[in-house]
Amino acid sequence: MSEATDLIGERRAVISGVGQSDIGRRLFRDPLELTIDACLAAIEDAGLTTADIDGLSTYPGATGPNGFSGGGITDVHDALRLNVNWFTGGLEYPGQLGAVINACLAVSAGLCKHVLVWRSVYEGSAQGSGGRAAVMPGGGSTTTSFKASGFMQWLLPFSAPSAATWIAMYAQRHFHEYGTTREQLGQIAVNSRKNAALNPKGIYRDPMSLDDYLAARMISTPLCLYDCDVPCDGGTAVIVSRVDTIPDLRKPPIKVEAVAAATHGRPSWDQYDDLASMPAQDAGKELWKRTDLKPSDVDCAQMYDGFSFITVAWLEGMGFCKKGEAGPFLEGGQRIALDGELPLNTNGGQLSSGRLHGFGFIHEACVQLWGEGGDRQVPNNPEVAVACSGGGPMASTLLLTQGR
Amino acid sequence: MAKSKEAAPDIPFRIMPALTDLNAHFWQGGRDGELRFQRCKGCGYYLHPPSVICPKCWSKDIGIEAVSGRAEVLTFSVNVQNWMPGLEPPFVLAIVRCLEQDDLRLTTNIVNIDPYEVTIGMAVQVVFEPHVDQEVWLPLFEPAK
Repeated sequence: MSEATDLIGERRAVISGVGQSDIGRRLFRDPLELTIDACLAAIEDAGLTTADIDGLSTYPGATGPNGFSGGGITDVHDALRLNVNWFTGGLEYPGQLGAVINACLAVSAGLCKHVLVWRSVYEGSAQGSGGRAAVMPGGGSTTTSFKASGFMQWLLPFSAPSAATWIAMYAQRHFHEYGTTREQLGQIAVNSRKNAALNPKGIYRDPMSLDDYLAARMISTPLCLYDCDVPCDGGTAVIVSRVDTIPDLRKPPIKVEAVAAATHGRPSWDQYDDLASMPAQDAGKELWKRTDLKPSDVDCAQMYDGFSFITVAWLEGMGFCKKGEAGPFLEGGQRIALDGELPLNTNGGQLSSGRLHGFGFIHEACVQLWGEGGDRQVPNNPEVAVACSGGGPMASTLLLTQGR
Repeated sequence: MAKSKEAAPDIPFRIMPALTDLNAHFWQGGRDGELRFQRCKGCGYYLHPPSVICPKCWSKDIGIEAVSGRAEVLTFSVNVQNWMPGLEPPFVLAIVRCLEQDDLRLTTNIVNIDPYEVTIGMAVQVVFEPHVDQEVWLPLFEPAK
């Protein structure tokens, strides 16, 4: 640790409850209902009532393409008739869990005591039968008047509307520099499927072998179908509370040991200097400056897998293996299995349990630390977990520990 | 292949960039067969994407210059998925580095080659795809001759 302890403000924050709505490929329900279901579940889990909630934080707020956000600040504020002392919601966050980090900072600064934080999506229903184009800029029409601006102007005109193709280029560079193979990368998807089979809320739970993975159709080389997460409907919420409220809580809360959200260098999909890595390495480096714990202390890792290669960037960026050595680390899959040295994405991740967009990882980290994982519980009472969100130029990570 | 009503018969539909004073030199240089970037008049640094200040010397005296159009493939992907109407899969998306400067790079398509023959490090040169009615000339790249 290089940071003075009194400057690590996030230690004044705890996670007191988590909640989740129904999760499904396509639920065709009002997305705000999914959001509210998750929020009320989290409040109840913390042993609080809506009257206790005095802060709100969300990503991305009421914005984005169809299906991207199931409810912004105002929607939840008004639906639950809350009195809040602080709130924030937005898209320009360092990864989706930036909303959780913001909440930690707000309680640490004394602006509020209990922050309701959520992320909900309804991409499955929004896509309907229209395929991915239905939720993409221009909606798949050749007569659209839509024109690309901001960073998308440098990608969309080249027929590259999906992060799948942008991240595929990072994967290709990693394969080129380090000799990483599809057999190694595929362990992430295979492992997630095994874990999803043990998760009642998993979306794809049928067994999948490495051969199944290798035989899947290609999306954008070297990424195949199973390297891409599953659009879904669902909401996830967590309650971030101030440490002096612990006596009011239903159960020993999860402690926030350290957070980080760094992006060093150019904040861009194609201008970031190191095309075989991502700012996950910057966030990881900053995280370990804020704690005496080490990567080897982590009992389970919940790390973003919107596309499998992002998890590779996190594995290396967080220091779970050396730079360029994620391939050998993943080889055979034993290390990342539930009973391995670093159980990974134990709820099935977004690859098999749905694109809850970052918040599924912090939900699962808390579930595991509370010992509430059921059939997928990591053995031997895990005490330390990480939750990492974001890919490309966005990266946010939280190091969490048991509060007992 | 789906096509824009306005585009020439062999030009695929593309989502167009919104043209601005800041980016027009890049998207329209192809009208004159030139790949153009901002370049700092103070220190000679090429800027991309365009900006209002040189990040090396903080000069605001920035001009527009053409580069050779020669570049190197830093990475690529053969896109197989049919995401939206436009370029027919499989096609190559790539990040290329212009030879003039180590960090002068852009995302583009590699064309006029079997997609599965593209390699990292390959030498390429610019070729423009005209969208004349939209006043945009997309800088694509093909194997260097």
